[in-house]
Amino acid sequence: MRLEPIPNPSALRRFGLPTGALALTVLIASALALLAGANPFATLGLILKGAAGSKFALLETLNRATPMIFTGLAVAVAFRAKLWNIGAEAQLYGGAIVTVLLGTGALPLPSLLLLPVIALAAMLAGALILLGPVLMKTRLGVDEVVTTLLFNFIMLLFVSYLLEGPMKDPMGMGWPKSPALDKAARLPRIVEGLRLHWGFALAILSAIAVWVIQTRTTLGYEIRAVGLNAEAARFAGIPVGRVMVKTALLSGGLAALAGFSEVAGLKGNLTLDLSPGFGYTGIIVAMLALLNPLGVVISAIFVAGVFVGADSMSRAAGVPTYIADILMATALLTMVLALKLTTTRVRWR
Amino acid sequence: MDILDILLSATFWAAVIRIASPLIFATLGELICERAGVLNLGIEGIMVIGAFAGWMAVYLGTGLWAGVGVAMLAGMLFGLLHATLTVPFGLSQHVVGLGVTLLATATASFAYRLSLPEVTSPPKITPFQPWEIPVLSDIPLIGPALFSQTALTYLAFILVMIVSLILYRTPLGLALRAAGENPASVEAQGLSVTAIRMGAVIVGSGLMAIGGAFLTMSAFSSFFFEMVNGRGWICIALVVFGAWKPSKALLGALLFAGFDALQVRLQQTPMGAVVPYQVFLMVPYVLSILALILMSRRAEVPAALMVPFNKGER
Repeated sequence: MRLEPIPNPSALRRFGLPTGALALTVLIASALALLAGANPFATLGLILKGAAGSKFALLETLNRATPMIFTGLAVAVAFRAKLWNIGAEAQLYGGAIVTVLLGTGALPLPSLLLLPVIALAAMLAGALILLGPVLMKTRLGVDEVVTTLLFNFIMLLFVSYLLEGPMKDPMGMGWPKSPALDKAARLPRIVEGLRLHWGFALAILSAIAVWVIQTRTTLGYEIRAVGLNAEAARFAGIPVGRVMVKTALLSGGLAALAGFSEVAGLKGNLTLDLSPGFGYTGIIVAMLALLNPLGVVISAIFVAGVFVGADSMSRAAGVPTYIADILMATALLTMVLALKLTTTRVRWR
Repeated sequence: MDILDILLSATFWAAVIRIASPLIFATLGELICERAGVLNLGIEGIMVIGAFAGWMAVYLGTGLWAGVGVAMLAGMLFGLLHATLTVPFGLSQHVVGLGVTLLATATASFAYRLSLPEVTSPPKITPFQPWEIPVLSDIPLIGPALFSQTALTYLAFILVMIVSLILYRTPLGLALRAAGENPASVEAQGLSVTAIRMGAVIVGSGLMAIGGAFLTMSAFSSFFFEMVNGRGWICIALVVFGAWKPSKALLGALLFAGFDALQVRLQQTPMGAVVPYQVFLMVPYVLSILALILMSRRAEVPAALMVPFNKGER
């Protein structure tokens, strides 16, 4: 078989194929539900209900989406430059550590000043964590996929050390967790009484900011040029190495905001299970959004909805909650295939 | 106990060989894929599915070797998925690889919960037992280390030789290496790059899954969600460290396993009382990164690695 480019794909192709990908994903989910001895329609209905069936469910979905928007943006920014940052998990924890460091009485500032300072410091930490692998890539040619992945494991061990050592809560009854943040360092709720914090608003703002950077600034143009063809970009006089480093700083900073938002907005302290793999989920979120920063918001809410919905479905229908992980991985794979087939035609022989 | 005592004990060397075994399988698998031109980031998930499938098969009553076969088939299935998406369709090997890892890991978790809904600790199976080779296993120090391992470990070492022979001494190996260096030359010989690459990814994935199965069927006797724990990513580093050559990759795996076995034992020494245990646990990952940096200057990357091949395009 051969692949031939299609210069002007029809609307049917452009919309039909991604829809087909989602349909295939739903079909596989139904098959898995059947396998687990449950009614597929009831299972899908329960997922939908658990994700958006009530005000509580919807807020839970938006809460869960918040860190995914940040990590999704981090991945989208990096992948656009073909910088394979798979280390959002490590950068998230970097941001979380800084949030605890500065939010437990180290800075005697009023809340309105303290929160921006912590957020910026967290971003700096995340940026620095990604800087290492990126410099290894630009200076030595070391593949950043493996280094960023390995950093995730190192970071988690480092957090474990902190929580059992210098950052351990003396009042924690021996549990490995950090002391709670001061009240001034907590992100307040957007509306009093509703369980949704300002981290969500910050995530939306970040998405808009990234969109502006990508579409309205020279850096955004350079990032796209480097991603499309690094050699051509270099030939056109774009400092590829420097663009990579700037992309990394932005990407790492965004991922770190996920940690800041989870600690300051939701949890109030740092534990080893702060992130159930938000860094990795960010890859799915970003790919489903076609690396579009505004699309990341929608796809993060969708992905979060599937996870939240699967949790409550699992309790009711007895289908293992891991169905959500299978669904998301399937959606990722079918979607990249559908997108490829939008712009290429398969010719047999 | 100081370092010298550790290095002179047979149990240490036995542990080195044991720790190296799953890495050898998976590194060989990744090496075969990359030599044909495909980066297989599905490795981590494929090891998980191998660990699960082999263990589950034995738990359900098959023999140990049949379990290894089941693990290999499961790995090959995910290899087929990876190969289909990356080779004929030429999709991003990064994205597909990560997708396959997520899918395989989730499938293992789902299947585990489905088949064992109520258990809190996973059931144990009777794993492969050490197989003492007569006479040789009586040699002091070397005997217990090298010649009283399980059958899977011996298989790992034999495979290094087999893969080397195939890669460098057969037309198939030549075609496979050419597919990773200069695919157009393979087509010029009348061979199909697509078929060679797909075959390499499927076979390689089967080996990765056996590496995973080693964990549940030889090293431990149960399946845990986090048991692969980055070993797949470490194997990718080992392929680079081994300059894409089976013998050097074996050396890398042994060296790596040596440090890993050493850090576990150092935790028991006075040093372990001062240095937090997490620092010791970081050693494998830090070493992998160091290995990548060390080899970055002189690595001979297959020229067509990660370059999709589309017939008739130049």
